[in-house]
Amino acid sequence: MSAPAAAAASPRALAGQRRRRALRRFARDYARHGAGLVGLAALVAITGIALAAPWFVDPAHLTITGAPGEPYEPPSRAFPLGTDNFGRSVLDLVVWGSRVSLTVGFLATAVSVSLGTLVGVTAGHFGSAGGVFGRITASVLMRVTDWFLVLPTLVLAVALAAVLPRGTATIVVAIGLTVWPPTARLVRAQTLAVEARPFVERARALGGGHAHVMAWHVLPNVMPVVLAQTTLLVATSIIAESTLAFLGMGDPATISWGGVLEAARTAGAVSAGIWWYMVPPGLAIAVVALSFTLCGRALEAVLNPREAR
Amino acid sequence: MTGAPTTSDRPAGTGAPGARAPAGPAGTGHLARVLVYVAGRLATAAFSLAAVVAAAFFLFRILPGDPVRAMTEGREVSARQREELRRQFGLDRSLAEQFLDYASGLLRLDLGMSFQYREPVAELILDRLGPTLLLAGTGTVVAAALGLFLGARSGWRPGGTGDRVHTAVALFFWSVPTFWLGLLLIVVLASGRGFVPALLPAGGMVDPDTTGPWETALSVARHMVLPVATMVAVVYAQYLMIMRSSLMDEKGADYLTTARAKGLRDALVRRRHAVPNALLPTVTLVFLNLGQVVSGVILVETVFSWPGLGQLFYSGLRVPDLGLVQGLFVVFAASVILMNLLADLVYPLLDPRVRP
Repeated sequence: MSAPAAAAASPRALAGQRRRRALRRFARDYARHGAGLVGLAALVAITGIALAAPWFVDPAHLTITGAPGEPYEPPSRAFPLGTDNFGRSVLDLVVWGSRVSLTVGFLATAVSVSLGTLVGVTAGHFGSAGGVFGRITASVLMRVTDWFLVLPTLVLAVALAAVLPRGTATIVVAIGLTVWPPTARLVRAQTLAVEARPFVERARALGGGHAHVMAWHVLPNVMPVVLAQTTLLVATSIIAESTLAFLGMGDPATISWGGVLEAARTAGAVSAGIWWYMVPPGLAIAVVALSFTLCGRALEAVLNPREAR
Repeated sequence: MTGAPTTSDRPAGTGAPGARAPAGPAGTGHLARVLVYVAGRLATAAFSLAAVVAAAFFLFRILPGDPVRAMTEGREVSARQREELRRQFGLDRSLAEQFLDYASGLLRLDLGMSFQYREPVAELILDRLGPTLLLAGTGTVVAAALGLFLGARSGWRPGGTGDRVHTAVALFFWSVPTFWLGLLLIVVLASGRGFVPALLPAGGMVDPDTTGPWETALSVARHMVLPVATMVAVVYAQYLMIMRSSLMDEKGADYLTTARAKGLRDALVRRRHAVPNALLPTVTLVFLNLGQVVSGVILVETVFSWPGLGQLFYSGLRVPDLGLVQGLFVVFAASVILMNLLADLVYPLLDPRVRP
């Protein structure tokens, strides 16, 4: 498109162009981080496997009665990762477990990121621009955040999971309600920085209310930080899910990586040295958590260059 | 498990307390400011503790609806037994009465009764406190020493080979679930299967047939190797990242140029000048991360059957013994809050820049 035509284009088209350019620049910067690319590739592959699992794993083989093999068969051609104490294929269990583990990881992250962003933006906005009442709200919110920040996360999550009814939803709530405080602090700091910029003052001078400023001016500028934090939080949530399942807080009816590890331990696979029952699920957790962490760090480095060395 | 080891953490306890109270005449004004600072920290801690107490009551008495039903889920219990349990735990009275009873009990260090052991929770906790302190203390000291040492090396030459290797290894261990690492160590080093003989005990704290203090100490040390190694592997990444970013902040400082201009060797500049200054903000963060140590202890003790508070917590969860879990919840949260208070009070003594 030539220059005069661009000048004549509507503001909407101009904004679209600018966004596309920014996106291209972002992709180019991200591609410079080798570790981030490796993490991204691993995540795409694992998500693909999780989505495609019903095509090559028969759910009937995952029930105790429909187990296709003998108990504790070592890895063979038929069962590449051996079988568990019921004769189920460990490979099938791990592939199927990825569905619950990833779902819980994403949902818990969604809960905690929404909560953290809401608290952070509200506290940051009213802390800098609110009246007396707003300032009190903001300081109370930050006190609550600090309180949650100090509490041992696992203890709180386990306590929540122990008193609520068993199920995947409980695990999501227990993790989501306990890992949000770092996000809230981060978002608040970013909100304060955004609020100090002239365009926010301009919006306010033109008559923009609190809700308008927060939703249309602060939130879009906070999103990059939130994005990087989200990626890191998925890793945390997946580890937390496996930990809760390992402590026996999970839903016994579903198969997740932590649940498989718990089953391995209670079945005595540890002292019997049945390594093929224990190594794959844990390795899967580690690989997924590491991939998310690598992506998150690459995003952080791209979006916030000052922090990266 | 609060967030990945990001580099953007700031020491929360160092939030410029000097900004408070206008500077008066040197002597009395200073004392007043110190008192205000200390009183403020004490009030915050007291408030946090009160919130923990209220949260525990809400979590374990109100949220489950009927705690007795939650405790006896999946077991054959007659209606009369349920009534009996309800009376025993004081659940037949009004919520306000229950709360007053529970809160006043806490002031007398009475944490209620354990449903499973039929013993006061406080006594159970006291019995198990020693092993947990031993394990958590050793683990934290080793992890902090290792993390700070490697972090200082990494931060001094960011982007160098050493930095890349240390960061990668730390990130890997951070991504691994604590309990899985423990299980793997047992399979490899303690199960006696495969190529490696059972070098170390798989669980417990002391061999049952040891006699004499010297032998007991040796046995405990042997039992501690694997649990401590597991804890260190998972926790040290945090300390490494904190120290690394803290040292990177110091790197551009003028006093380092001065030290170099004096002709000091590079290693000496790092050890004598950069590291002591970078250590200061790290201290607070080490204390702030104690919540993580508590999480680590619960998992490690569960995996290695270490007879401490973490294993007690796990045994309470399995029943579920809500009285025991509630008591441990309060104790874990309170200990982290008190350690943070300690850090807040000690920190100004270490770092003159934030003195009130």
